[in-house]
Parts: sequence; C-alpha cells; structure tokens
Amino acid sequence: MQISGAEILVRSLQAEGVEFVFGYPGGAVLEIYDAIFRQQEFKHVLVRHEQAAVHAADAYSRSCDKVGVALVTSGPGATNAVTGIATAYMDSVPMVVISGQVSTPAIGLDAFQEVDMVGITRPCVKHNFLVKDINELATTIKKAFYIAATGRPGPVVVDIPKDVTQQLAEFHYPESVSIRSYVPVTRGHPGQIKKAASLLAEAKRPYIYIGGGAVQGNASAEVTELVRMLGLPCTNTLMGLGAYPGDDRQCLGMLGMHGTYEANMAMQYCDVLIAVGARFDDRVISVPSHFLAQPKKIVHIDIDPSSIAKRVKVDVPIVGDVKHVLRDLIDLMKQNGQRPDAANLAGWWKQIEQWRSYNSLLYTPSTEFIKPQSVVQKLYEITGGDAIITSDVGQHQMWAAQYYPFKRPKQWLNSGGLGTMGFGLPAAIGAQLANPNAQVACITGEGSIQMNIQELSTAKQYHTPVKVIALNNRYLGMVRQWQEFFYGTRYAESYMDALPDFVGIAEAYGHVGMKIENPADVEGALREAFSPALKERLVFMDFRTDQSENVFPMIQNGKGLDQMDLPPHMRELQIAPFENNRDYGNMC
Amino acid sequence: MRHILSILLENEAGALSRVVGLFSARAYNIDSLTVSTTEDPTLSRMTIVTHGSDEVIEQITKQLNKLIEVVKVIDLNESDHIEREMMLIKVRATGKDREEMKRMADIFRGRIIDVTEKTYTIELTGTSEKLGAFIEAIDRSVILETVRTGASGIGRGERILKI
Repeated sequence: MQISGAEILVRSLQAEGVEFVFGYPGGAVLEIYDAIFRQQEFKHVLVRHEQAAVHAADAYSRSCDKVGVALVTSGPGATNAVTGIATAYMDSVPMVVISGQVSTPAIGLDAFQEVDMVGITRPCVKHNFLVKDINELATTIKKAFYIAATGRPGPVVVDIPKDVTQQLAEFHYPESVSIRSYVPVTRGHPGQIKKAASLLAEAKRPYIYIGGGAVQGNASAEVTELVRMLGLPCTNTLMGLGAYPGDDRQCLGMLGMHGTYEANMAMQYCDVLIAVGARFDDRVISVPSHFLAQPKKIVHIDIDPSSIAKRVKVDVPIVGDVKHVLRDLIDLMKQNGQRPDAANLAGWWKQIEQWRSYNSLLYTPSTEFIKPQSVVQKLYEITGGDAIITSDVGQHQMWAAQYYPFKRPKQWLNSGGLGTMGFGLPAAIGAQLANPNAQVACITGEGSIQMNIQELSTAKQYHTPVKVIALNNRYLGMVRQWQEFFYGTRYAESYMDALPDFVGIAEAYGHVGMKIENPADVEGALREAFSPALKERLVFMDFRTDQSENVFPMIQNGKGLDQMDLPPHMRELQIAPFENNRDYGNMC
Repeated sequence: MRHILSILLENEAGALSRVVGLFSARAYNIDSLTVSTTEDPTLSRMTIVTHGSDEVIEQITKQLNKLIEVVKVIDLNESDHIEREMMLIKVRATGKDREEMKRMADIFRGRIIDVTEKTYTIELTGTSEKLGAFIEAIDRSVILETVRTGASGIGRGERILKI
C-alpha cells in the first residue's frame, strides 16, 4: 500500500524506537504534523522556540543512550535550529534534526520561508541530506540515524521538501544500511596498545586525562577500572565530568582554564599522559608550546583520527572506540602484570597531595552575601550528589563544574564546545523527559536564563518539574570578570539593568518562584524546593549572589597550565617550583 | 610544501561544496581544484593542489576522510606520480610575432587549435611549471586570455586509486 512521505517519515521514526520528537510546526511541515497527530507511538513535545527544540533533543540524547530527534519548519524554523545543531556538533551529540523545506519546484526561487538549510548547516553537522525523491526517504532516515550514532557521534540534518511529504510511495524500512564511504573504526591497533601499555608501565609520573569521548563512548567503567587498577591520578575535562567519579580521591577534579591547581599542575608535569576521548583544546591546555615544553610522552585514544595531532603532536596515537581500546589495554596490562613502579608512583602522589593541600577551590564565606559556590555546594548536599545538572554558560557553569563533583557519566549536561547561553532550561526539560524519576536541576545565571526563558511554558505543558537555580549577580559574570582583569574594570554592557521579577515570571507561567537574598536562607530554600511537597513542580530559585565573586583558579590567554591566577588565599604562599629531576623514589 | 591530493568521492549533489567548504572553514589553501566523474558514474575524482606544513597536510587528509561522501584520499606526493594540466591561451599573432608564436608553441609541444588573422589559440598540456614557463617565455603583452584547468594527477606504475 502506498502511503504519504509524511507517513513514511513517521513510520521510520517509529521503527527507530523514537520516544520523543521535540519540535514546532509551520507551513512546510504541516503534512508531517498531521501524520504525527494520527499516531500514538511517540510523543511530540511542543517547545516555544526552535533553538530550544534542538537543545531539548540534544540533552535527551546526552542523558540517555538514544538519538535525540527535533523537527522544525523551513526558513526561520530551520535557522532558529542552527545554534542548537552547532551546539550538538561541537559536543559530538547524536541527533537527527528534520527540517521542512519548500516544495522541490520552488527550491531556488526565493520562495516564502525558503532557506538553503543543507548549505547553512553544512559546517556544523556530521552530515546532512536533502530528500528530493520520496523513494529515498526511508533509507535516508535510516542512514541519518546510523551516521548520527556511530563513530564520533554528531547531529545529522534531513531536509524534506513539502511535496515529498505529500507524495505517495510504498514503505520499506531497511533493516540496516552500509555506506561504502563511511566505515567507522572500533578496535584500536594492537601494536599501538602494546606501546601504550609499555609507556604506562615505565611512567614515573603517569596521568589520565579523560574527556567527553569517555562519556559519549560509554567508557566510564573501563576508564575507572584502568585508573583504579594502576592507582593513577586522573582528571576529567568539562565535557568528561562524571566519566571518572568526581568524589573519588584519585580524581584531581577538572582541569583547564578554571581547573583545580592540582589537576593543572599534574597535566603540566606528568611524564606519561593518556588522553582518553579528549582533544587538547584551547580551554584545556591553553598554549600547546608551553604545555609541551615540559617533556612528556602522550598516548592519545580517540575515535576521530582528525582529533589526533590537531593541536598537539602525540607519541602513540590510537584510533578506536575508547571503550574497546581501554578494555584491550587493561587486559594486556593485567596479562603481562605491567604497572608503574610503586615507589615512583608514591612519590608522584606525594607531590600531587601537596598541590591538593593548597585547596585551590577555597573561597571566603560570607554572612552578608550569598556566595554562588556555596549554593552549588548546598545543592550537591541536598540532592545527595545524584541530580542531573544542566547549565548555561558563564561563571555559574564553572562553579557548577567545580563544586558539584559528578559521580557518574551523563549526569552533567552543558554546552562545552560552543558555549551556548540558553542551553540550560530546554536541556533540563529534555533530560527530565528522558529520566522521569531523576531530580533535574538547571544551574544558570540571570543572563543565560533569559535567552530561552520562554521554555518555562513548555515545562508547564509537559509537567517537567526541573529546579532552576539562578545564580543572579546582576552582571554577565564571566564578561564582568574578564573586564575586571583585562579591561580596567570598564564594565561595557555586562551589567544586567532592568532585570525582571523572576518570581513573578515563574508564577505567571504557573510555576513556583523563590527569591533568596540572605545566606542564612540558602539551605532552607533548597530543602523546600527539593521537598516532596514540590516534587511535581518546577521551582525557579532566584539567588541574589555576591556581585564581585570571581572564578578561580584561572589561566589567562597565552599563559600555561602552571601559570594560573590563584585564589586570594594562595597568592601569599611560597609554592616551591616543580623539580623535574627530584628523586620521587626517596620521598616516601 | 606543495601537495597534490587525489580524492575519490560519491558523485552526489553537494559533495563538492562539502570539500570546498572544509578548506575555507579550516583556513586551508586551495591552489587548484579539478573534478569530474570517473568510469564509474557513481564516483567523482578530484585533484586538489594545496600547500602547507606536514602537520597541516595531515589534518587536511584526515578532515577530508571524515566527510561522509569521501571514499578515499591519497597524497600523490608520497610516491612517484604524473601530473598534467591543460591550458588554452589566446595570443595576438600578427606580423613577425605570428611566426615566433608558432615556433614557441612547437617548442613547448603546444597545438594551435584556433586561428584568426590576428590571433592564435594554443592548447598546451604539461606540468603546472611547464605551463608557467610558457607564459614566462612569450611576450606578456601578446597574451589576450588564458584559461587553465588546474592539475590532475595519477600515481606512476602499478599504484592505483580505486575502491
């Protein structure tokens, strides 16, 4: 029997086991919406802006093991989706975005709501398709899901002209597809894995650097096993938080521009570094030449060959699925009884513990102003460290990353690569739908939240009881911090004047609003928000925080990992420089 | 250093713009680019002449391979190869210049493929350097128009690029 292109699309999505489609209707997708209306297998979530549809689908995907799906109309619907697509692309999130297009005869004629979606998204997708022939629609959807979820994951856009959704054809959904030009690797080269094992076994100061690839590649168990088996220190990147439990002693916390002192010092002064699904990006290692000035052997495990040797030349590149490569590495080292020399390792740990003892995340408590860090710490305490946390971009994002030690992967959802303000709230909605029983909190700022605040309406419609933790310092905090440090305290447009009454906004949307101005009220307010009485409600918490608080440590542009701007309490300390030739064996 | 990359890619709409877009987005250089279908109509073969450090060329190759529609990439510089480019050049050929131009075309093994009373159009094939040398060898002021295809390359001997 012949069915319409719209029905073929819907049946294809059903065949992929799609649970939710996040979207917004419009002229070019009316046929698709009609087909969705006439089915029950998956649910459509109506957002209030297409950017939010893509962020919600993205966070849905990040917080479970499924491919997120968004649906937008042509023209402005499609362009509104682009920021979300670029966000997912930078963080390697598997997603399929379906956009409507004007009918094929109208393409290229500047038709109403026409935009070259395939052209616009080409640089920020893993792949994209324009479906001109209804007979290729089902196969294209199959390919889109296959490409999105395999290899290094990423968003795939499928642009479907309106006439294709209206034409009729037989429906056959392929069981599988193979693409001759796309064959992702899985296993690492055994010879390279052997070299990595030998380097690790000979290391005096080994260090494991864990990135988002370990989260997306579901390699948390393997990376944890390797770190524990060999007793190594490790660090998670912003995207890797939770891949190794942040509350464990062997984790030195996050590294990079706002990383801990010990995580950054260990990165600079290790002699063997194993990079697991990480990409040595500018916010992590800062200047490559300074990073490499301290000699070290680097093993780089990544599924994407182009991530290897992009910013930093490495000694042992291993292209493969991090989960498989780590499994092989662990098995090989176990089998050969290889491990680093215990005395050397103990010496290295002694040095690390000394760095850690400075407590670089210490801040000065206050009874007058709410310290933003303290809000995150209280949130951690009250949620038992178990909540799924989404964030926006800025100071609050760094404080969330620093003061909420994530225990498991996929618990921390943020726009690390693109740095998209407005990600947090729609992401929280997507994550809540994927994890209906989890506590979901969105740590945000008064600047970021206003970039997608209309999604409070979506949250109401779909009963997603997320808790919005707004760290409101009446400034675009990170911009203000840079202006304080580098622009002579000239706060150009970083001040958020004429702020709305967030409690009023929350209530107008049918939610619970709270304004917290006194440090003494922080704990009580959080306890109330997370109490059983408000379990089913979205609570918007407007925390009026200390306006002058800055994020420390900080690595300025052009500086190295060991040249951090330190928090006030560390500035007076006489910290001995690291001695490369110190005999670690004798230190213990 | 100058490199010649040979790329096999799916003969699909948009594949070319993905390659070109990649070069501009990542600030790589394209000195020349030629593309056409192969004996297998589902495949196109592209030759890109580019330049950059070894690290940059390695990244270009990896990034090209990452494009879904790219089937294979080889750097012809890695072994012996043959390179040809074709140029059509229209020159003023009058008076004593007419005989001189014919002679120059012969020296460079060019062929005169169109003649008017005042002009010759010469077809010249060879390496890019040879075509450049011809332009240098004749009087600049007589050149009316040039069009070059950009280099195409192929491995020497048994070495083949095929799927």
